[in-house]
Amino acid sequence: MDLFTARAVSKQYANHKALDKVSINVPDGHIFGLLGPNGAGKTTLIRIINQIIAPDEGELFFMGRKLEPNDISYIGYLPEERGLYKKMTVGEQTLYLAQLKGLSHQEAQKRLMFWFEKFEIKGWWNKKVEELSKGMQQKIQFLVTIIHEPKLLIFDEPFSGFDPINANLLKEEILALRQKGATIIFSTHNMASVEELCDDIALINRSKVVLSGAVRQIKKTYKTNTFDIRYNSFDGDLRTILPGSFQLISENQDIEHRQALVKLPAEATPNDLLNAILPSVTVYSVNEQIPNMNDIFIQAVTVQTPQPVTQD
Amino acid sequence: MKKIFLIIQREYISRVKKRSFIVMTILGPLLMAATIIVPIYLATRTDEKKSVAVLDETGIFYEKFKDSDNITFHYLVSDIATAKANFSKSEDHALLYIPKTEVTLPTNAIVYSEKSVSINVTAYIRNVMTKQIEDLKLQARLTEIQTDKKDPVSVDDILRSIKTSVDINTMKIGENGEESKSYTEINMVLGMFTGILIYFFIFMFGAQVMRGVIEEKTSRIVEVIISSVKPFQLMMGKIIGIGLVGLTQFLLWVILTFGIVTVVTATITPGDTKKSATEQMIKQQKAINPAVSEAMSSQNDSEEGMDGVMEALNSVNFPVMIGAFIFFFLVGYLLYAALFAAIGGAVDSEADTQQFMFPITIPLILSIVMAQYIIRDPDGPVSFWFSIFPLTSPVIMMIRIPFGVPYMEVILSMVLLLLGFLGTTWLAGKIYRTGILMYGKKVSYKELWKWIRYK
Repeated sequence: MDLFTARAVSKQYANHKALDKVSINVPDGHIFGLLGPNGAGKTTLIRIINQIIAPDEGELFFMGRKLEPNDISYIGYLPEERGLYKKMTVGEQTLYLAQLKGLSHQEAQKRLMFWFEKFEIKGWWNKKVEELSKGMQQKIQFLVTIIHEPKLLIFDEPFSGFDPINANLLKEEILALRQKGATIIFSTHNMASVEELCDDIALINRSKVVLSGAVRQIKKTYKTNTFDIRYNSFDGDLRTILPGSFQLISENQDIEHRQALVKLPAEATPNDLLNAILPSVTVYSVNEQIPNMNDIFIQAVTVQTPQPVTQD
Repeated sequence: MKKIFLIIQREYISRVKKRSFIVMTILGPLLMAATIIVPIYLATRTDEKKSVAVLDETGIFYEKFKDSDNITFHYLVSDIATAKANFSKSEDHALLYIPKTEVTLPTNAIVYSEKSVSINVTAYIRNVMTKQIEDLKLQARLTEIQTDKKDPVSVDDILRSIKTSVDINTMKIGENGEESKSYTEINMVLGMFTGILIYFFIFMFGAQVMRGVIEEKTSRIVEVIISSVKPFQLMMGKIIGIGLVGLTQFLLWVILTFGIVTVVTATITPGDTKKSATEQMIKQQKAINPAVSEAMSSQNDSEEGMDGVMEALNSVNFPVMIGAFIFFFLVGYLLYAALFAAIGGAVDSEADTQQFMFPITIPLILSIVMAQYIIRDPDGPVSFWFSIFPLTSPVIMMIRIPFGVPYMEVILSMVLLLLGFLGTTWLAGKIYRTGILMYGKKVSYKELWKWIRYK
């Protein structure tokens, strides 16, 4: 079942279409990656989900029914442009933000105490925010985003500003949240983290969804039946022993082995490749080339009409 | 609703706790008290005696103005034209002219002077005249009662029937003899004071709203908050919260100033306040009927200083004045605060606010510039239109009200101000909503107009 669905959502700014009939399905309990180059419309879509702005057209569904104004208490949002009141103490501030999300003063206090202990930051309670480092502030922001135990979490570039150790901590926390049943929408440019975390993605480019679905499925469709072989004891041209429909993409010599990338025709299997070369060479390894998200991202974005985007 | 209350609470508490708020709360009354006390202190201390020439065409105030420590009175016998002509040559500080009246007792007088006459002097003159006229009325009333041998009438009835209010106009006489109205009368002072107070309140706390919005925008917390509440709620919460801070500060100022002034003046000018001498006199009169005239002459105390000012204050319609003040003070603030919030939302830093501040401050500054003119002609068409137009009415209407404004005009002005408030808030909400999410963009008026039209 989908926790959240957007159906043909459009948003027009004065002379710039931010979203053009965008549809996404976010399955319950999944981590959903919202990808796209700068200015593609990701933030606009996220703001629409958070009901910060209203779409011009299209429908939004949450937990199987239409999205309602009160649903914001089920959503936790960590914006890309995030900050805190500098002059307020951490305690007052977290209490205030938690109460704005609908928690009672008592409940907010109780939950905050739990998290402050878990993160070992109890000493920060009476500190002013301006006394904290940027990374510390990020921790507070993360904490405030999840304090009301939302069903849907939206993280916009959550890892920016974190050092590797804290980024890892955050990653684990995100995975733990999914474990507990939360659904997460995750907007980022960092393709490595997409690969690590996301179950599904939607790629938005120039206001339109150009690619969406389960990560595994997408990778499968982007496979080109290309294999990386490492071999030895052959000094001639590999092309002479490969069948004519096979395409040698590149050839290299490293210290121990020769290495080649070979693209097979659609109907061929690695067995056909081995059959062809085994009589002449010693094979050490054969690996299928699986495209990474970075390649897919670049391919999907550049294939689509590469005219310069006129920004308003 | 609960969320907007949370926002109001935060805005209020975070500001009231600030050191600058506490310092201002203490310094304000000290400054205000000083501006009230110093003139009084100087007036009681000054060696220079001010002499006032009295030209009383009615003759009923002869010898009624008593010399005090710093004012002496002498009586002229001439006509007003020669008196005025001689005035500039004389050493007199002021010329009091009470024109002749045919049938009724006189109720107005003109004070001519070269420099401004202090409130003390006009207040004393008003006081003496009022008392004398009331005495005369009372005498007439008492003989009437005695000759008619009617049933005893209640003291309240008598008091009401003799109640008199005296108009005192102050005119400046220039070197060359030209005349202009001067503004020492209490209603002028009151009008100017409340008008300027509203002006400062709007500027001070409106700018705080703007700064608060800019702070939220530059610290990037705004998007976190508007994912929990509607931008409009955030804006209104801020405006109301800061308005309450202003009210708190204002109330504390009034209470502290009043406290300081009372304590200090009590030590500078000893002497107890006579509580309605006339009333006491009537009670005496009832007990010992024959001693009427004696009782009359015995009660002519010279009241001066704060007592005199307080007497003069009684001539102002305070319930209307205070009610109107609170209304124009608050709604005027709300209207402007919404505009200030919109500016704060549209810009990235305080340095960028200039171009948008200009059109907002123009009507406010114009109000203050016009104040002199309004006081000269509080019922003229210019005064009327400025006191009706929502952007200038908070200041201008307050200046007019002490002179007496028809209720219909006050109500019209209030209704228009309320409509203006709703209109600007609606408009400001739209600009604010879009603006707070825009970073690093130089905003033009054309851009703002686009934002207003967004759905």
